Amino acid sequence: MPAQAQSIFDPAIIVPAIGDSFKKLNPVTLAKNPVMFVTEVGALITTVLLVTGHGSNFGFQLQIALWLWFTVLFANFAEAMAEGRGKAQAKALRATRTETFGNRLKPDGTVEKIAANLLRKGDIVVVSAGELIPGDGEVIEGAATVDESAITGESAPVIRESGGDRSAVTGGTKVLSDVIKIEITSNPGETFLDHMIALVEGASRQKTPNEIALTILLSALTLIFLIAMMSLKAFGIASSVDFTIPVLVALLVCLIPTTIGGLLSAIGIAGIDRLVQKNVLAMSGRSVEAAGDVDVLFLDKTGTITIGNRQATEFLPAPGVTKEQLADAAQLASLADETPEGRSIVVLAKNFGIRARELSEMPKVIFVPFTAQTRMSGVDMDGTSYRKGAAEAIRNYVGGHMPEAVEKDVKAVSSSGGTPLVVATRERVLGTIQLKDIVKGGLADRFERFRAMGIRTVMITGDNPLTAAAIAHEAGVDDFLAEAKPEDKLALCRKEQQIGHLVAMTGDGTNDAPALAQADVGVAMNTGTQAAKEAGNMVDLDSNPTKLIEIVEIGKQLLITRGALTTFSIANDVAKYFAILPAMLVGTFKEIAPLNIMFLKSPESAILSAVIFNAVIIIALIPLALKGVRFRPLGAAKILARNLLIYGLGGILLPFVGIKLIDMFITTIGLA
Amino acid sequence: MNTSGWLQLALYIVVLLLITKPLGIYLFRVLDANGKTFLDPVVKPVELLTYRIFGVDPEKEQGWILYTMAMLIFELVTVLFTYLVLRFQNFLPLNPQGMAGVTDHLAFNTAWSFATNTNWQSYGGESTMSYLSQMLALASHNFFSAAIGIAIAAAVVRGIVRHSTKTLGNFWVDLVRINYYLLLPISIVYAVFLVAQGVPQNFKPYDTAKVVEVQTVQVPKKDDAGNPVKDAKGNAVMVDQKVDSQSIVEGPIASQMAIKMLGTNGGGYTNANAAHPFENPTPLSNFIQMLSIFAIPSALTYYLGRMVKNQGHGWSVWAAMAIVFVAGVLVCWGAEAAGNPIMNHVGVDRAGGNMEGKEVRFGIFNSALFATITTDASCGAVNSMHDSFTPLGGFVPLFNIQMGEIIFGGVGSGLYGMILFIVLAVFIAGLMVGRTPEYLGKKIESYDVKVASIAILLMAFSILGFAGWAALTPWGQAGENNSGPHGLSEIFYAYSSCTGNNGSAFAGLTANPTNNDPHYDITLAFATIIGRFGMIIPVMALAGSLGRKKLIATGAGTFPVTGGLFVTLLIGTILLVGALTFLPALTLTPILEHFLMLNGKLF
Repeated sequence: MPAQAQSIFDPAIIVPAIGDSFKKLNPVTLAKNPVMFVTEVGALITTVLLVTGHGSNFGFQLQIALWLWFTVLFANFAEAMAEGRGKAQAKALRATRTETFGNRLKPDGTVEKIAANLLRKGDIVVVSAGELIPGDGEVIEGAATVDESAITGESAPVIRESGGDRSAVTGGTKVLSDVIKIEITSNPGETFLDHMIALVEGASRQKTPNEIALTILLSALTLIFLIAMMSLKAFGIASSVDFTIPVLVALLVCLIPTTIGGLLSAIGIAGIDRLVQKNVLAMSGRSVEAAGDVDVLFLDKTGTITIGNRQATEFLPAPGVTKEQLADAAQLASLADETPEGRSIVVLAKNFGIRARELSEMPKVIFVPFTAQTRMSGVDMDGTSYRKGAAEAIRNYVGGHMPEAVEKDVKAVSSSGGTPLVVATRERVLGTIQLKDIVKGGLADRFERFRAMGIRTVMITGDNPLTAAAIAHEAGVDDFLAEAKPEDKLALCRKEQQIGHLVAMTGDGTNDAPALAQADVGVAMNTGTQAAKEAGNMVDLDSNPTKLIEIVEIGKQLLITRGALTTFSIANDVAKYFAILPAMLVGTFKEIAPLNIMFLKSPESAILSAVIFNAVIIIALIPLALKGVRFRPLGAAKILARNLLIYGLGGILLPFVGIKLIDMFITTIGLA
Repeated sequence: MNTSGWLQLALYIVVLLLITKPLGIYLFRVLDANGKTFLDPVVKPVELLTYRIFGVDPEKEQGWILYTMAMLIFELVTVLFTYLVLRFQNFLPLNPQGMAGVTDHLAFNTAWSFATNTNWQSYGGESTMSYLSQMLALASHNFFSAAIGIAIAAAVVRGIVRHSTKTLGNFWVDLVRINYYLLLPISIVYAVFLVAQGVPQNFKPYDTAKVVEVQTVQVPKKDDAGNPVKDAKGNAVMVDQKVDSQSIVEGPIASQMAIKMLGTNGGGYTNANAAHPFENPTPLSNFIQMLSIFAIPSALTYYLGRMVKNQGHGWSVWAAMAIVFVAGVLVCWGAEAAGNPIMNHVGVDRAGGNMEGKEVRFGIFNSALFATITTDASCGAVNSMHDSFTPLGGFVPLFNIQMGEIIFGGVGSGLYGMILFIVLAVFIAGLMVGRTPEYLGKKIESYDVKVASIAILLMAFSILGFAGWAALTPWGQAGENNSGPHGLSEIFYAYSSCTGNNGSAFAGLTANPTNNDPHYDITLAFATIIGRFGMIIPVMALAGSLGRKKLIATGAGTFPVTGGLFVTLLIGTILLVGALTFLPALTLTPILEHFLMLNGKLF
């Protein structure tokens, strides 16, 4: 799937969107959006009055009618654009799924070829090297390398094997080596990709709770303006002013919140779309909203806060030993150690000028692997035994006593959150290697910004409390959970929720599933088990736990955009009143002219300018709705102050300028 | 706009600020069913006895539906009682003036008007009501309706504070405690103070005094049956009448005045209301009456802060109210002080501004201040005639009412109305902090928005719907005392006032005409009912919903409900919602009238 954002002005999206704008005029579908429905009814009424020859000023009424239709079309266009962008994403996703066949294992043991979309939950398929995996499932036999770049964009193949936490496979990915048996875990149309496609396409799109609440408010405002117009008509009659229906409809449409009404669904779709661009699949729009509300993040230490595994960072030689000697011995003791720690020791030794030794050069060497009993590893070479291991193990190895200085080093490393490994020969303790978690750069800064936004970060780790505290301090997280077992994660999640927090977390293992389900936002890693994916409400295709942070930002951005445009839309009404009300009255009461503070040319030009502004602003705000208001990690008060200034005060002032400019323009070219 | 006015305004605000905290703390104790007050030794036994007599279990709390139902039943019973007393006052004692029974539609209108804390009066008190009616049928509602307002506000605040619970308190306990510990004790002291200022308090029949200067007026001639005599053309035949004596009103006035102000009821004993020297005799009584209108509503903001354990929030709400209040005073005062340009132009001594319809005793500033206070609150008592204000001066009381009377507002109703606007403000702007909206740890969800919207919709529908209807009908237009936009303003004001449960009037309007047309009485009564219960029921539903919710932890990412930003936002929301709803109609009424006046047209 392409991870890049499309251009707003991509003709491949715009052209079909224009067509869709007209299709969406269907009042049955439009009725879901009360504000635009009222606008369409208004457009219809003015059109009917126009063609039946009511009213005196044909040219003026024609323009009013046209612009009312444009208002509806522009709103439809915004939605169609958002859907179009979603569809483009979906198309890319779908491309990976077409014409896939699976080899279904029949009960009698034979294999039949079957189209992927005919596979059912529970079917077992056999996939060999070079074949596409036909559907989401779980490896039940064998292990294989799988190319998941079609989904994640990550070119390095990953290993998928039965049992454990790396058994889940996704439909559309390619097996590179070996043969695996897969049990299909979802029916076609229910897989994550299908789910996602439906979500962006609008077929199964449902309004989120906040969207529903907002729609209720917008409908209430629409009703209020409707009754305000009716009372205006009544007061007009009582004051011997005859307000014509097209003018009243024009005023009504200008006042009802068409801007947010027209852009609301586009904002929602765009939010999901932005997640997809980050390679995160959300199971519902609701979970994106919840992401904005989250105020506690559970971050797994490994992979999120620290880079992979612990690494050797320093050699601390014993008295009378040089660093080079220690490095040399450490390298020898680690040559056969294929663990990341072991490799990092070899890498560190290079820095001390110790040349890399190749195992093949040393035929007489005997490797001593790590065992749970000895808790050491090393080599026996030329009559010397090199060993490295935990301090306790080495102490026993050298006869129960280590030099004072080494004991001190060991303690110092431990208390700073590192892991000490002691290197020794049978005769002599050579020194200590410091293994440390490497905290990713820039995190402390990021967590600091989260703190300003009122979001607390909690590091989850299996380390002992001492190590955990040191890493937590270095990374700048607010809190940590040490020696964490999966059930502790669930308990902590419950505890946080009990006191009113909303929790987001990531997880991949089956034993993470309960906590993922409990969390308000549970992001399952795509490499994780099926159980984890089903428990969470988002799936990260890149399996990158750091992304939790970006998910929260996208959620907040979605909500801010929605709030900003709502405020803007309502604030706009002030200027529209100043444009239209004096224009409606000045014919009968010329004394009201000073209320025309924008000095609009004529009553017709004033009304028309307001209607045009009202329509055009929808188009003008489509890019903002699709891209979202820029998110700044600040405290609520600062964000609110800033947005109130831009969208509240700006929303009051901008239409004064806009309507005046449109008035100048249309009077110059003679439209009114 | 003179120095003495500025000083008095400053004095008023400072004194109001000073009483807010102590009265707020006292409210906090009264509204807690187990709260201790200094009156306990005297009142507690009576309170417990009352529960025993009526079989109330004070420990048993009610959910929002039961609480509201209890209130509605209480209202129905007391309204029926008042209706009957008014209808049959001629058969009842304490009627030294021999007042006739009140007509059916006027009794209907009056009973609901007092029960809903509106106190719209389509009658002149001194020429319609017996002493018994004033004391028993009307004053009782002054206590009840005030207590109900405060009780509802307390229930709503409990809904905000509590979480994961269904109950909001016990209506009967709240009703009893508010009356026994708050309204009655203050009213007794207050009434004694008013007597000291010269307000009558007796059961004497009206006095008759000889006038110093005998005058002759023309009155319609009546035949023996009391019907007006008409000439051949159908015009009334007028005859001269010599006026050499004056009837002077007496009765239990002071006791009525105290609760009328304290409970933001506003129904006058006399037709002239607080402009009458017997209702409001001295500058001090005028100051104290204005203060007592805002006293409880102001203290309730402190109560809110105390209850939600965020005193800053309470003061922020207070500040938002105070700012809009002062703005209203300044516009009204400014408009009245500037006076009428046409009069100024022809060289009439404008006596420092527009003095039409004002008591010389109070002058322009105190009239403008009183008018702003009485309409910010849902009081409706007047010490000047709002109908005679300049267009902009009259715009202020009208718009105050239309904003929902939440600028301190009626006792209780001001606070719960304000909470409705806070919920709206938080909902609209709350998203902009990047979280779904929440208020004091409660998520504002679709149900909450729905009930809040219903309340605001009903207010708009009642005001604009009734006013629009009346403006188009013969019965509506017949009530107008003036032509043009001013006549329309009178209708607009009447329905705004009744829907807002204010009760003041652009009193040129004849709502209870001599031909006994019941349209105004009935429609205005329905406006009071919609305005009261169309607000209370949704607000209680909101309280119930908030009380059931889980509490969300608050932090740096939470929408701020204290400080200048919140105050600005709240004021902006109130003004915007009010303006957007009513500006079209207002443009054809005071605003048009203002521009016409500037061009030399008066109505």
